[in-house]
Amino acid sequence: MTLINESIGKRHTKKKYCRFKKLGIKYVDYKNLDFLLRFLNEQGKILPRRISGNSLKYQKKVAQAVKRARHLALLPYVADNLK
Amino acid sequence: MKLKNYETVFVLTPVLTNEQIEATINKFRNFLLEKEAEIVQEEAIGLKKLAYPIQHKNTGIYHLIEFKAKPEVIAALEIAYKRDENIVRFLTFILDKDGVEYNEKKRNGTLQLKKQFEPAPKKEVIA
Repeated sequence: MTLINESIGKRHTKKKYCRFKKLGIKYVDYKNLDFLLRFLNEQGKILPRRISGNSLKYQKKVAQAVKRARHLALLPYVADNLK
Repeated sequence: MKLKNYETVFVLTPVLTNEQIEATINKFRNFLLEKEAEIVQEEAIGLKKLAYPIQHKNTGIYHLIEFKAKPEVIAALEIAYKRDENIVRFLTFILDKDGVEYNEKKRNGTLQLKKQFEPAPKKEVIA
């Protein structure tokens, strides 16, 4: 029995997935703020794909939707405590 | 020439009277109709709080029009927006086929948002 190569104290993490692919959402609506907020951090920045798990196709659409919402003053460009 | 699907939103200053709001909205609706555009749907979103102040105002009146038009119309429409002093913000963009479908579902009330947007973010394990 050996401990080499065994991860210690490392929890099993859930595999990330693209929620758009999984749920079959095709269009990201810039008016649906509650939904867009899931892809932003507290400062109102767009979360990277490495964290949100989005596929490239939908990450681009999310980014586009967030930018449209910002232009129309539905979302702030800069914020301190968005959530 | 083939018509394309567009969606346009504009934000009016909150200082206007009801008649002025109505007049401005009518002006742009007629503008589109004159240019042989086909209005698919209209939504008066109404007075909303802005996420950041624009021209020292904290609220704005939102109005959305979805329409089909020739591409040349858009440039003229945006110039008309810029010339109107009551408009503080506007956005016009091409709707792709998914967007058209989404808006149609939303209009018919068959859009199942809650079902689609589960699971809730709190339950999810990120990273």
